[in-house]
Amino acid sequence: MITLTLDGVRVQAQEGETILQAAKRAGIRIPTLCYLEGLSPRGACRLCLVEVRTWGGRLVPACATPVQEGMEVVANSERLRELRRAILEMLFAERNHICAFCVSNGHCELQDLAAELGMDHVRYPYRWLPFSVDLSHAKYGIDHNRCVLCGRCVRACAEVEGAATWGFSGRGIFTLVEADLGEPWGQSKTCTGCGKCVQACPTGALFEKGKATSEQVKRPAILLEITERRPRA
Amino acid sequence: MRHLRIPVTRIEGHGLITVQLDEEGRVREARFHVTEVRGFERFCVGRTLWEMPALTARICGICPVSHLLCSAKACDAILAVRIPRPAEKLRRLMNLGQIVQSHALSFFHLSSPDLLLGWDADPRQRNLFGVAAFNRKLALDGIRLRAFGQEIIEVLGGKRIHPAWAVPGGVNQPLTEAGRDRLAAKLPEALRIAQDALAYYEEHMGAWAEEIEHFGKFPSLFLSLVAPDGSWEHYGGHLRLVDAQRRIVADGLDPARYPEYLGEAVESWSYLKFPYYKPYGYPEGMYRVGPLARLNTCDRFGTKLADEALARFRALAPGQAVTASFHYHYARLIEILGALEKVQELLSDPEILSPRVRAEAGINELEGVGVHEAPRGTLFHHYWVDETGLVRRVNLIISTGHNNLAMNRTVAQIAQRWLTGREITEGLLNRLEGGIRAYDPCLSCSVHAVGQMPLRVVLLGPHGEVLAERTRGA
Repeated sequence: MITLTLDGVRVQAQEGETILQAAKRAGIRIPTLCYLEGLSPRGACRLCLVEVRTWGGRLVPACATPVQEGMEVVANSERLRELRRAILEMLFAERNHICAFCVSNGHCELQDLAAELGMDHVRYPYRWLPFSVDLSHAKYGIDHNRCVLCGRCVRACAEVEGAATWGFSGRGIFTLVEADLGEPWGQSKTCTGCGKCVQACPTGALFEKGKATSEQVKRPAILLEITERRPRA
Repeated sequence: MRHLRIPVTRIEGHGLITVQLDEEGRVREARFHVTEVRGFERFCVGRTLWEMPALTARICGICPVSHLLCSAKACDAILAVRIPRPAEKLRRLMNLGQIVQSHALSFFHLSSPDLLLGWDADPRQRNLFGVAAFNRKLALDGIRLRAFGQEIIEVLGGKRIHPAWAVPGGVNQPLTEAGRDRLAAKLPEALRIAQDALAYYEEHMGAWAEEIEHFGKFPSLFLSLVAPDGSWEHYGGHLRLVDAQRRIVADGLDPARYPEYLGEAVESWSYLKFPYYKPYGYPEGMYRVGPLARLNTCDRFGTKLADEALARFRALAPGQAVTASFHYHYARLIEILGALEKVQELLSDPEILSPRVRAEAGINELEGVGVHEAPRGTLFHHYWVDETGLVRRVNLIISTGHNNLAMNRTVAQIAQRWLTGREITEGLLNRLEGGIRAYDPCLSCSVHAVGQMPLRVVLLGPHGEVLAERTRGA
């Protein structure tokens, strides 16, 4: 067992556990977006940044940093709140997240985070880059305008379904989640149509066709349920 | 040149009126310009069909329900489904709620200050608070009546403004028994208010004789939906046009084929297009829509109290159409009453609680038109989609747009009557505004524009030089 301090509270954790897992057990809330139980951690969104006092105040993603004996971690502070809010604002400014008519309005992790972190406006200029919508799949659609590049769909497809249909193309803010080698989703030869990517997606970027505004409710917890039910090698 | 800014305007939009004088100083022409553009038709392109009802509802915060329902109808056409009967009844119920709340807003909140306090009253008094000081009951009644209309929308859609409730194929949640009972309990008061307001108007009509005569009284065509049996309609049916003699010019028009008989002209001086009836050409094919038109086109209302009121309304011009745009107010009050009677009918229909409210389907047509009657008049949503359901093209013809030619004619008529010399007097400004207000125009809807709503009036000499200018609002 490892003992560490989280926001001044002494906490016990298992060897190999992450700061996020230890915090969760201790009932300390750390906001996350790209992290999803049942999938490998990626540390892509940086919303779970925490400050490690014993590492000279270094900022690390709680979801991808293993605990260490004697570690002193700040999970909630004014500085962290400000940083998390700034990260969130950049996510909003980068693409076109217009809640008003979004299929996920009212059931969106990005929207919930904005409320939780008190994001009442965005200080950065919106980029208003035009992104496409692909409805070529028989059952599902993808709207790149609403994608935060968290990669939960990519991991769900590769790690849980085993199809590895989704991948990233391009660089930086122009990065796109694409099926196979960039063909329309409906023409993918590897997609099984299982919909795990849709359930994993935290926003309205991936959705079930036929769902109108506010109707898309996701079940991201099924990914953990599936992996836990699966016999381990 | 004089600038006067008074922060009370009470029209929904941003307008400019120019009055052009000839060499003798008489009014040659007056124009009502709509000076903003919003681009909704453009930025819907590339979105999914299923988002269109909620997306286009954002055109307006007063009548989001009108766009929501009209859009859902256009989507139904693309899915090629007939929506379940209970869904149609629920959509009708919501549209009636929308008509009640919007008409109440127009009459009580926006127009009653002019009617009660007079056109030359102190502008600081000419608002709903002034009305409350003058006639407390009427002001409170207006607020309550509008609240009832909003409550219908809220009970059905979960919120008063921008409910995303109508969806392609129907609606996404049925009416609960508790919701129905909540509305039924409040209906008697709403009916009482509607009758009182109508009686007030009929009693005081004589005092507005001069305005009735000059606020857009001229022959024109009238367009609206009518039910298959010719009675008043707001959701289904077909289109009918009548002329100033109430002779039927065209009947049984398929709304989906509107491009065959309705044209949209463009003028360089306004962002609002000028629809006209094609067989009569432009601008002779001018027609009016909205409450006045609906009462002129229909054979009967179809409910007891409204039909009694309609008989009194028809008596204003026996054997003819009522052509005075001032009486949009009258027509609006009759429609509130009739709409409430129809709400009563729907609430006592057991099918209204049915859970069968949605037809599921994919993309079965690549083009679809939705037409229905918004409070301000006939509304058209026309979409083209690709095989996957992405929107390729959008055309919206908004109720206020249909009245564009008539509103221009109205400001000219008012300027001719009340402009003396080269000064834009307070009384003229108020009447120009009041004339426009009779149409209850929603300029934000009509050009799909947002923003503040000032009205600017510019008086131009024979060579286009600015003689006087006045602005109200900011």
